[in-house]
Amino acid sequence: MNDCVDILKILEKDGPMISRDKIAHMVGKSEEEVNAIIAGLEKENIIVGYKTMINWDVTDTELVNALIELRITPQRGEGYDKFAERIYKYPQVKSLFLMSGAYDLCVILEGSSMKEVALFVAQKLAPMESVISTATHFVLKKYKEDGLVFYKDEKDTRQVITL
Amino acid sequence: MMNYDNILNEKIKSIPPSGIRKFFDLVATMDDAISLGVGEPDFDTPWSIREAGIYSLEKGKTFYTPNSGLPDLRREICNYTKRKYNVEYNPNEEVLVTVGGSEAIDLMIRCLVEEGDEVLIPEPSFVCYKPCATLARGVAVPIETKEENDFKLMPEQLREKITDKTKLLILPFPNNPTGAVMNKKELEAIAEVLKDTDIMVLSDEIYSELTYTEEGHTCFSAIDGMRERTVVVNGFSKAFAMTGWRLGYATGPSPIIKAMTKLHQYAIMSAPTTSQFAAIEAMKNCDRDVSEMVREYNNRRRYILDGFHSMGLSCFEPMGAFYVFPCIKSLGMTSEEFCEKLLEEEKVAVVPGNAFGESGEGFIRCSYAYSIESITEALNRIERFVKRHK
Repeated sequence: MNDCVDILKILEKDGPMISRDKIAHMVGKSEEEVNAIIAGLEKENIIVGYKTMINWDVTDTELVNALIELRITPQRGEGYDKFAERIYKYPQVKSLFLMSGAYDLCVILEGSSMKEVALFVAQKLAPMESVISTATHFVLKKYKEDGLVFYKDEKDTRQVITL
Repeated sequence: MMNYDNILNEKIKSIPPSGIRKFFDLVATMDDAISLGVGEPDFDTPWSIREAGIYSLEKGKTFYTPNSGLPDLRREICNYTKRKYNVEYNPNEEVLVTVGGSEAIDLMIRCLVEEGDEVLIPEPSFVCYKPCATLARGVAVPIETKEENDFKLMPEQLREKITDKTKLLILPFPNNPTGAVMNKKELEAIAEVLKDTDIMVLSDEIYSELTYTEEGHTCFSAIDGMRERTVVVNGFSKAFAMTGWRLGYATGPSPIIKAMTKLHQYAIMSAPTTSQFAAIEAMKNCDRDVSEMVREYNNRRRYILDGFHSMGLSCFEPMGAFYVFPCIKSLGMTSEEFCEKLLEEEKVAVVPGNAFGESGEGFIRCSYAYSIESITEALNRIERFVKRHK
């Protein structure tokens, strides 16, 4: 399992673009072994998918993100899961978490304008039977997401040689 | 007109500056070189440590600390040493916080060595032991560790070099530049040679956290009977990526630590206060940060080692620190020639092995405290260079 963790950590940090050959050297295995391990991890859904992190703010594409706090009444015999499924099937929903504390579900929405996001909340989420209340918070600027910092200066300022 | 040459202390004049002047001057002119030359981590100091330092400044903690270091820090050092290496020290008498591990090395050598005393130094090794011994009017006696022994100190080599004048043995493991480590069994064999002597040991364990064997690092004072004759030097630079904070420590028998503290008190007063507050956080709460860095180093270690093997250079597998030490003898060049040509032709900076003692001749030290991308680019260039000169 430790080998798997090593490989998972590398993929989590560098994404699928890092060559299998490179991974093989890093973990001390053959490329074939690494391919087999990764295929197994994908099959078991431990590797759920691969994504690219994009800073849309510096492109011309207008994208708006919002965090919606959702308070709901869980349905008898179904709990939260069934309800969650009804929400995450919308493609506008980028992330969905069941939370402890003042509200139940945290919905991360993405839309092309604030109006579009607000309308989605008003027309799709708020009217659902189990929903008690919604609170919408728009994201103004992303500094860091999934461990990646969006604006950084990574120049190596060490001396060229130190003993 | 002052004649400074007449004024300067003869001992100071006799010791060379660290590194190889000509090569280092050449490196300084090459702004665009990619380097595998540094002896420090590429990671930033973990944020919680930096934050603890900042907080101490905000709170106005800008005064001298007790000479031997903040009591809380000394206590945490003892907790850490017990937790990690199963060695117990008394925080009030057996710990001294210093300006980097280097100060602790200098202090211990100066506290022990008298005119003519011999200091045994396994080589290749870090550059400060020999000049420190010389300045203390001692005699540095190198012991050449060999590639065929995985650059470990062999007990019979040690036995051969011991004389009536031997005062001190330096144990520099995990080793800079070779990356060699010594496991418990091998250290026990060294202890066996020492046990009926009065020889003291300076165990420089600054790279202890960066050990990649399953057994992990063994502290020399944890070996049966060795605690009473050993001062362990460690610090924050390598494990916690804190080189610029300049903070290290020594743990050992009270009379020795007391003497070292006396010297430290006159020369330094106390180690930097901000760094000491930050270091408390490092000792208490940063195991996870360290293990993530170690995992990353280990990946790079295997990667760079495979790289050198696949270009046909012999390279022993280092199990500690963040260096590989490939042998370049097959190219028929000296270490310095290799490094100068590599720098000129491919703009890659690595360190000639003989910077770490004569026995390092025929080797080069390459650090893997760099991103995989930088290592890949450097390896590609070195491979091109090796092919051209074979």
